[in-house]
This record gives sequence, structure tokens and C-alpha cells, in this order.
Amino acid sequence: MKKSTFLVFTMPSFIMMTLFIALPLLIVLIQSFQFNQDVLETIERENCDPFGCKTETITVPVLDENGNKIKNNIWVGFQNYKNILKFEQLSSVISNDGFEWSKIRSIDFYKALRFTLTFTFITLPFVIILGLILALCVNVLINRLKGPIIFITLLPFIITPVIGALSIKWLFIGDGILTLFLENILDKDIALFSQGWTIEILMLFYRVWHTIPFAFVIFYAGLQTVDKEKIEAAFVDGANRLQRLRFIIIPHIMPLIVFVALIHLMDSYRVFDEIVGFSASGFRISLQWMTYDFLRIDDSGTRSIGRASATSVLTMIGIIIILIPVLRRTFKEQKEKRL
Amino acid sequence: MKKILVLFSIFTSFFFLAGTNAKACELNNSVPVTSLSAGFDAWKVVTSAMEECGNFTPTLDQEYRDKLVASLESNPSQFTMAGVSASTNVSVLDAGVTRPLDDLVAKYGDSLQDNQKIVIDGKIMAIAMMTNAQHLFYREDILSDLGIDIPTTYDELLKAAKVIKDAGVVDYPLGGTFKSGWNLGEEFVNMYLGFADSFFDGNMPAVNNNDGYETLKMMKKLTEYMDPEYLTSDSTYVQQQFQQGKIALANLWASRAGAMDNAEESTVVGLVKFASAPKAKKNGKPASTLWWDGVVIAKNVTDEEAEAAFKLAMVGLDPANLGANPEAAPWLSNAFDPAPSNIGAILTAKSGAAPYPASAKMSTLHGVLGAAIGDYLTGAATAKATLEKIEADYITAATEKGLL
Repeated sequence: MKKSTFLVFTMPSFIMMTLFIALPLLIVLIQSFQFNQDVLETIERENCDPFGCKTETITVPVLDENGNKIKNNIWVGFQNYKNILKFEQLSSVISNDGFEWSKIRSIDFYKALRFTLTFTFITLPFVIILGLILALCVNVLINRLKGPIIFITLLPFIITPVIGALSIKWLFIGDGILTLFLENILDKDIALFSQGWTIEILMLFYRVWHTIPFAFVIFYAGLQTVDKEKIEAAFVDGANRLQRLRFIIIPHIMPLIVFVALIHLMDSYRVFDEIVGFSASGFRISLQWMTYDFLRIDDSGTRSIGRASATSVLTMIGIIIILIPVLRRTFKEQKEKRL
Repeated sequence: MKKILVLFSIFTSFFFLAGTNAKACELNNSVPVTSLSAGFDAWKVVTSAMEECGNFTPTLDQEYRDKLVASLESNPSQFTMAGVSASTNVSVLDAGVTRPLDDLVAKYGDSLQDNQKIVIDGKIMAIAMMTNAQHLFYREDILSDLGIDIPTTYDELLKAAKVIKDAGVVDYPLGGTFKSGWNLGEEFVNMYLGFADSFFDGNMPAVNNNDGYETLKMMKKLTEYMDPEYLTSDSTYVQQQFQQGKIALANLWASRAGAMDNAEESTVVGLVKFASAPKAKKNGKPASTLWWDGVVIAKNVTDEEAEAAFKLAMVGLDPANLGANPEAAPWLSNAFDPAPSNIGAILTAKSGAAPYPASAKMSTLHGVLGAAIGDYLTGAATAKATLEKIEADYITAATEKGLL
């Protein structure tokens, strides 16, 4: 292909990616080194409401001649990162009490990081193994059943994540029907939303249930391309079902497994919907939830854009670190193929 | 053809409905007006009366505070008018997105009382319609069966809760709006003001003291008698717990009192009664804060729209309309007697509860409280560590905002 043709064809997507990915990333990076403040002044204000009049000394934003707040972006270096990571507090906890988790988790970032990592790495094997098992099962069904079964299997993936999370919450919260059912069977009072670990298990379960169809569809497509002659040859050589799976099928769809793992790692590191859907923020928070919480406007009408940007940058760095092993493996394979 | 007929009939029925509706309101509104407010009963009463005048589109949203400032800040404003509380009024006031209403009040506000006018530095910036406070809701039948007096302090409340628990007449003796976030922060604010007077020293926080410690301890004692899922329990959830007969006592918003006797939802019609919020200290003030809710008009709309909005608001806040729904809220109007369900709010105010100390620093502290206290209640953090965390988090947030 000529270089100019190549440029013409890629230019639209290049421009789009600059506008919608690179530029926002750059802005987030810049904001993470700034405080976004209103210019404030302390004044005396007389305030009359149904409970009487009083004059108070309060700090309020200065308004310009059009009556708008005057905003100021102040460069603060790594202050936002320091406010989130709190290394000083962390090191004082560690030097005093050692790695005592109950003390470390009082710093929001480490509490969120702990949950995010557990969530990411516990759901991963379940999604891949169960997705593969499902694909193998559907693959041996008679043709007439395949269509309907695939359709039903895909349903959890079609549901909007927040809606799915809410439905599961309502099944279990308070006297939800499944809680009542469990209480009847076990003859015990069950409150799944009264402690962190039960909510965490529900959230893990929900994510696995929701993502399996994605893994299943990819693996099922991969299974259609397995060389039948190879399988037959292995059968003739006396390989049993497990050996055929291990030595022929899995190596064949390995690139797909890596692909699913890659997407799942990226997706679940950004866990957020579950925290909102299960109202879990009293017990468990994630890194993305922290970003959201900083961005939420409070009653005074302001938000912490600096710290929100800093958590976003930290989340991105986290995703990159997690993906490095997988990406290195893919690069290596690509290189070998070329040789 | 059939489809067209169906569509036609749907359209005509809309016009028919609109036509019958418009008759209920004397004002014939021709300027499109929109509003954003919370979604509890009082707002339903006010906005549905306004809707009958035509060309009015209300948005009722319990999470309205998330979008209030941003939507009024745009030019032209996304909403002509908004419903605010004592606290959110500070945010729109500080952002300078609402307009003074003196002229409009002079022209159309004859039905307003002086205590409805929110006057900031001599200018009327909002029209209050109701007060609100969290106060005691109790099951009269259960208390009298067990021979318990109406609790006036939190120590008495805890004793009552124990008796009710031992008798086993309800699932949980207490309910509480302890959902982590704003609700939980509000519970701390209420209880703390029962022990102390001020949260601040200048703009610096002053809650890391014995009063703060007592507040946390009391909150934890209360949770022992609640549904263990209290960290997900908001006002609506507590209201439903009452309506379904699952709890016997709770400190709940006055604006929820009317729902106790709503026969369509409630299984305890006539059994829930109201009293002042209990005191934290024997001779102290009730551990509750007084709120008001009212109407503001956006700055970034035309004068014509503002005028139409104000006229509509006067229809919604007309004493005749409010008087027809006295149980929906403790209305400020003196034109009619308050409903029995409003007695709790009135008693709480009379016993000297403090108004919510709305300000930018208070909103910042409120947010920090709502996020930090959950860990103490579940036992994941000590009271000392929690109070330290509250102060540290407040200082971080306030420094970032430029308050310190």
C-alpha cells in the first residue's frame, strides 16, 4: 500500500482517537496536578428563614460582574496524589502496628485497591473456566437445540449492568424472596447486606454470571474452527476426552483465552456498577467508585476534580501494570509467528 | 387504518384530559415553565396543582441535589424554577444562580406570610413552603401494650427498644435512616447537635472531642436494635418498615408522617403516632435539625418566564391547595390547622432543636461524615480512628476547595 493511501484511510480514526481519547487523557493528567477552586471571601451575611434571623460570618465564592463564580486552577504538584495515597499515614501505621489490615483499610485508597484486585483476580478464572465448559457443552448439543440454548445463555450479558445488579440486590435485600427462601431452608435469620463479605460474594457472583456469556460466545466461535481431522487422529491414537481437550482444543483456542482474559481484566478493574447497584459503598468501595464519589457535587455545589483526576490516572496505571504480562505474551507470539 | 384510529383516539384523549385539567386552575399559563425538586409527597402536592394550569413540566427527583447547581448554572437555565432545602439553597445562593424575588412578591405574593420569605442581606431569595425535621415516630399500640412511656431521651429510647426486643412483637425495635452517604451524615449531625452546639472553630472542624465520641457511641447503640442491613436503609426504606409493621420506633422525617396512614400502602393505619425528637442529654435540646423546603427561580431565564414561574408557584403554594392536603407536610401556612401527623415537627421545633447550620463548610463536613462513619458502626474502625479520619478528610477537602 502506498504511504499516502494508508494515511488517507487511517486519518479519520486517527483524528477521532486524538479528539476523544488522547485529549481527554491529557486534560485528566493536567487536572490531577491542580486544585480547581472558587475564589472565596469571608463575609458577614444576614440570613432570615422560618426559624428567625441571624447574622453569620461565612466563607462564600466571589462572583464576577455577570454573577458567575470565578474559578481558579492552582498548580499543586503531587498534592492530589499525596492526599489519596497518604504515604505518611501508611508508613506510620506500618512502623507502629506492622501490616495490620484493619488500620491500613482506614485509608480509602488501599481499601478500594484491595477490593478492586480481589474482584478482578477472583472473577477471572471463574469466567474463563465456566465459559469454556459452557461452550464445550453447547458444542456437542444436537443442532436443533443449539440456537435456543445459545440465546438463553446470552441473556445475562444483554441486561444493562446496573439493572442486573439492582435485580439481584432486590432478590436478596431485607426480606427479598430469595432471602426468605434461604431463611426457610436454613431456619435462620439471614441478612446478606449487613456485613461486607456477603455483599462482596454477591458482587463477585453477579459479575461472573454477567460476563460468562461473553467468554462463552468467543470460545464457542473458536471451537467451530478446531480441525476435526486432528481430533479424529487423536481419538484413533487412544487419547481420551480430557487429553484431547488439553493437547488439541486448548492450544488451538489459546489466543482467544488470552483475549477474553485481557478484556475481562480491563473491565473488572474498572468495577463500579456493582458498588452502586448493591448500595455497597458503606462496606466495599472500588477505585472507579472513588473517582465517581470525588466527582459528585456536594451540597455546597463543588466537586473534587483534582482528586477525581488523580484516582483516574492511578486506575489507568493499575490497568497497565495488570495487563503487562498478558501483553508481553501476545507480543512474543506475534514475533515468533513473523519469524 | 386501525393504527391511525388508535393513535387518533390516544391523542384526542390527551387533549381531553388536558382540557379538563386546565379548568381546575384559574390561571391560564401560556409560558412554558419547568421545575426541578425532590420527590416527596409535599412536592407532589405543590407541583400537581401547578400542572393543572398548563405548560408546566415538573421533574421530581430524590437525587435532585446532584444536578441542581449545574443545571441552573447553564445559560439559559435548564429549569425555570427549583425546589430547594435549607442546605441546597446555600449551594444555589453561593453560585449566584437564583434571582431576587422582591418585585414578584410585591406584585403577586399577597398570600405569603413573612416567615415564608427567605431573606438574605435584605433580598428575598426563596419562598419557603414547609418545615421539616427528623422526629420520633412510634407505634402507640405497642408502647401502651408493653407499658412504655413515650421516650423523651435517647437513653429512654434504648430502654424502650430493649423491652420491645425482649417482647418480640416486631422484627426490629428501631428503624433508622443510616444509609451510608448523606443520610448517615445527617444522623451524625442530628445527634451531635444534641450534645454540642458547633461543628467548627472558624473554618476548622471541631468534632474530634468528647461530644463527637458520645455521638458515635450512641449511634452504635441504636444500630444494635435495627435491621442489620441499616447501612443501606434510607427514608423510603424506614417508611416501608413502619408501613409493613416491622419496626416500632424511629426518628424519621416529618415529610414521611402522612404516609403512615395511607391505607393503600400501610398496614398500620392509625397506629403510628408522633412526638418530638428525643434529647441526647437529659436537659439538652432535641437531637435533630430543623429544615425548610421552598422554591427558588433561576437567574438565567427571561423576566417573562420568571414571572410565569412565580405565578405558578403561588398557585402551588396557595393555602387552599395546601389546606386540602394538610397531612403531606408541616406547611408553614397559618391559614389552616396542621394535621395530626405534623405534631412531631412542631414539638421538635418547640423543644428548641437547632436549624441545620447550612454553609459551604457544613456541606463539606456532611459529605465526609457520611463516608467515614460506616466503618465505625460495622466495627472495622475505632471511634478514635473515625474521628481522626473525619477531621483529616475534612481538612483535605476544605483545603482543596480553598476554605482553609
